[in-house]
Amino acid sequence: MRLSLWTYEGPPHIGAMRIASSLRNVHYVLHAPQGDTYADLLFTMIERQGRRPPVTYTTFQARDLGADTAELVMDTVRDSVQRFQPEVLLVGESCTAELLQDQPGALASQLQLDIPIVPVELPAYSRKENWGASETFYQIVRSLLRNSETPERNADAPAVNILGPADLCFRARDNALEISRLLESVGVRVNVVAPLGATPADLLNIPAAQANICLYPEVASTVCRWLERQFGQTTIHTVPLGVSATQQFLAELGEALGITLPEPPTDSRLPWYSRSVDSTYLTGKEVFVFGDATHACAAARIATHELGFKVVGLGTYAREFAKPVRALAEELGVPALVTDDYMEVEQAIAAAGPELVLGTQMERHIAKRLGIPCAVICAPFHVEDCPARYSPTMGHEGANVLFDTWVHPLMMGLEEHLLGMFRGDFEFGNDVQPSHLGHGGGVSTDVGVTVESLGTEAEQDAGRAEQDPAAASADDTIVWTDAASAELQRVPFFVRRKAARNTELYAQEQGISRIEVETLYDAKAHFAS
Amino acid sequence: MSSGAVESADSATTVAGDESRFILRERGQREVFCGLTSIVWLHRKMQDAFFLVVGSRTCAHLLQSAAGVMIFAEPRFATAILDDRDLSGMADCHDELDRMVHELLSRRADIRTLFLVGSCPSEVIKLDLDVAAKRLTSHYEGRLNVLNFSGSGIETTFTQGEDECLKTLAAGLPEAATDESRLMVVGALADVVEDQFTRLFAELGITVDFFPGRSATDLPPIGPATKLLMAQPFLGATMRTLHDRGAQVLTAPFPFGVQGTYDWLQAAARAFAVSEDRLEQVTQSARERASAAVATAAQPLRGKSVSFMPDSQLEIPLARFLFEECGMQLQEIGTPHFDKTLHAADVERLPESCLVSEGQHVDRQLERVLASEPDLVVCGLGLANPLESQGVRTKWSIELVFSPVHGFEQAADLARLFSRPLIRHAGLSV
Repeated sequence: MRLSLWTYEGPPHIGAMRIASSLRNVHYVLHAPQGDTYADLLFTMIERQGRRPPVTYTTFQARDLGADTAELVMDTVRDSVQRFQPEVLLVGESCTAELLQDQPGALASQLQLDIPIVPVELPAYSRKENWGASETFYQIVRSLLRNSETPERNADAPAVNILGPADLCFRARDNALEISRLLESVGVRVNVVAPLGATPADLLNIPAAQANICLYPEVASTVCRWLERQFGQTTIHTVPLGVSATQQFLAELGEALGITLPEPPTDSRLPWYSRSVDSTYLTGKEVFVFGDATHACAAARIATHELGFKVVGLGTYAREFAKPVRALAEELGVPALVTDDYMEVEQAIAAAGPELVLGTQMERHIAKRLGIPCAVICAPFHVEDCPARYSPTMGHEGANVLFDTWVHPLMMGLEEHLLGMFRGDFEFGNDVQPSHLGHGGGVSTDVGVTVESLGTEAEQDAGRAEQDPAAASADDTIVWTDAASAELQRVPFFVRRKAARNTELYAQEQGISRIEVETLYDAKAHFAS
Repeated sequence: MSSGAVESADSATTVAGDESRFILRERGQREVFCGLTSIVWLHRKMQDAFFLVVGSRTCAHLLQSAAGVMIFAEPRFATAILDDRDLSGMADCHDELDRMVHELLSRRADIRTLFLVGSCPSEVIKLDLDVAAKRLTSHYEGRLNVLNFSGSGIETTFTQGEDECLKTLAAGLPEAATDESRLMVVGALADVVEDQFTRLFAELGITVDFFPGRSATDLPPIGPATKLLMAQPFLGATMRTLHDRGAQVLTAPFPFGVQGTYDWLQAAARAFAVSEDRLEQVTQSARERASAAVATAAQPLRGKSVSFMPDSQLEIPLARFLFEECGMQLQEIGTPHFDKTLHAADVERLPESCLVSEGQHVDRQLERVLASEPDLVVCGLGLANPLESQGVRTKWSIELVFSPVHGFEQAADLARLFSRPLIRHAGLSV
């Protein structure tokens, strides 16, 4: 057993649902108890889908266990095929049904239905959601294509497939479109995008392309490997997240297709925005990165090389893909955090004390609680990260989106600092009406309230947490003099916690039990050198 | 087997309060939560209790999907996720569970009451949580009280999780020491509602206990002098357990809306020999205030039709409120479980013309509901957007469980929960 408070990934059958729901004309019969239908909410609420996921649950109850749950599976399969008329039927089970050992896939195959039945067996007690998605995508593609011949391909009209975009992948809809446009702009035809929006007929057409773009490796790497072996298709591994990776992606593609691709229009503003003088303050901003392996690695590279941040922590919840994360962490000189324990991640972030967190929905909550700005970079995400506007994260437009999304939370922090600074101004004191509102009012206690309310909730939380970091000293043997505490308050709030911690650390190392103003500056100099 | 055959095999006419009502019983896919979901509000009500689900990754995922926003709080619930080693017998589940509880207590030393919550997988592998709870209670003697109940989907839907939890607590209530008549209001209520009822009962001169209390150790006495007033329509098992311990069950509709609340209080007043005049007098100002507010709030609902998809067992009492007090026309009222004792006083006040259904075959029910073209469908979040995209206005039923909706002061709020989607629709021109 493992104690779990919050999970990054659902069980593997959720992954299978994401594939079924991404495809068209495919239905999924899931042998599952009453209650497992909660999963429909992920699609109808997080992604605001206007249709139910194409899943029928057998919905067995305790009273069925003594009777024949196998019969229930067969009835449900027959009814679902009749009602929904799918072209392909996926049949699988959730965790409880796995214990019953009814083997729903085999049962469905006995029914002599005139459509392909794809059994998906996903061990619920050892595997998780992304693996389930990857395995299901592979099983359906393999079962449709295993007897196909490699077709003739026209080398003069290069075509590729985009594999991996699926429901509940981060920005899948927009990234598939952005990369399709990018390919079009360099004269490469997109043959099939799958699973998102693909029909079984589209899947049958996959072998017609020369190469497969593995856009979401968590979903598509297994199927890409099989397609390499089966049809000799090349896999494009670079995920075009960020400006450099987009260039590298095109280079890899050109090589795979054996052609020289024309220069695409370079419409990314990231390089210039990053060089613009107002971005100077971004230099060395300390960021903590956590997510699935693909997005975590990409974010760490973009943060370091394209925005000039300093990565102070890097990790992933995906053990299966941990290797590249470990390698990159070593390259960046930070420890790699590989865990799906939310509490461990929270501890690591608190210890690192970054100025920005790039993570999942979980890290957004952690960062909010710690009063640190945050941007979401990958799944799992909530409804607010499923925006109405076109908002890809890949390709050139994607780089623009990343610049805005990651820099914006830092700007908010800067504004809070400026507010704090001007609050100390004699004209902007909490008891004084600001000069731009006229001088007639004299003392107004309301103004302070107005100024306070300008901060976002997170900033106010941060303010509360930061009221007296010295008082929250972890080490009771160290005391702060009043003068030193007052001096600490003059440090901008977003680095105040860190300054307090460093000063205490320094005092501890030096055997100082009383922190004076001098100690604060000694520590500052010590850590700067 | 065709779908028609399933329907005829499982449908039945049943005798309800009015001896004649036909109840359509259906089997098939159910678009409902399992009982584990109750933990989402139970852990807020009993703030000194911790809920440890013994289940799978699916259970953990369900809880966080249902409780999404509560991640901000240090959650007072967790899941002990079973893995291959537990199932293959390589690890002893009871040893593992002891280890989990030890780990939990080392993180949260403040836990005094721990509920072990059974799930579908723990039921199927027949992991005896009753034995585990007794063992752990004696191991941590004096420091920790361990109880258990099932929130599994194979046995419970959504709100029945609270029923199972309270049934367990009910068995441990102390025997009343005196034969003084006491009222026990049964069902978790929002604190603000509980306070309002407390004031009303005090003015009526009735000694009242609320069950559950605000602490898992706050256990009211029970005995033959206890009179039960049910506040939630999904606590059948709890009611029967309390009845078996000698308590007398009062028959009343549930306290939704002005009339429902008045009739509910009246049942208590009669049982405690409080005069009708006194009841009128005590409730007068609240009733007048609430009636005026409901009259306004219900304006957009008058003459409109409504159907309920099964969700929480609140459907029948709420349908009564919408019919009697808001002037709505009832079409199909679906409930996950029809309890003929508990729902009797409300179901007999529903018009003959509406169809009451129990259980669910979601595809067939959607066909019926769409064919009847209701102005409003009350349903869960899995169905709401798909119905909206077909042009059907919906009300999320889960909000009816999480919001304070009982009593006089909340009657207009309750009406507004239903009217808001209609008002919004009328206001949009895109």
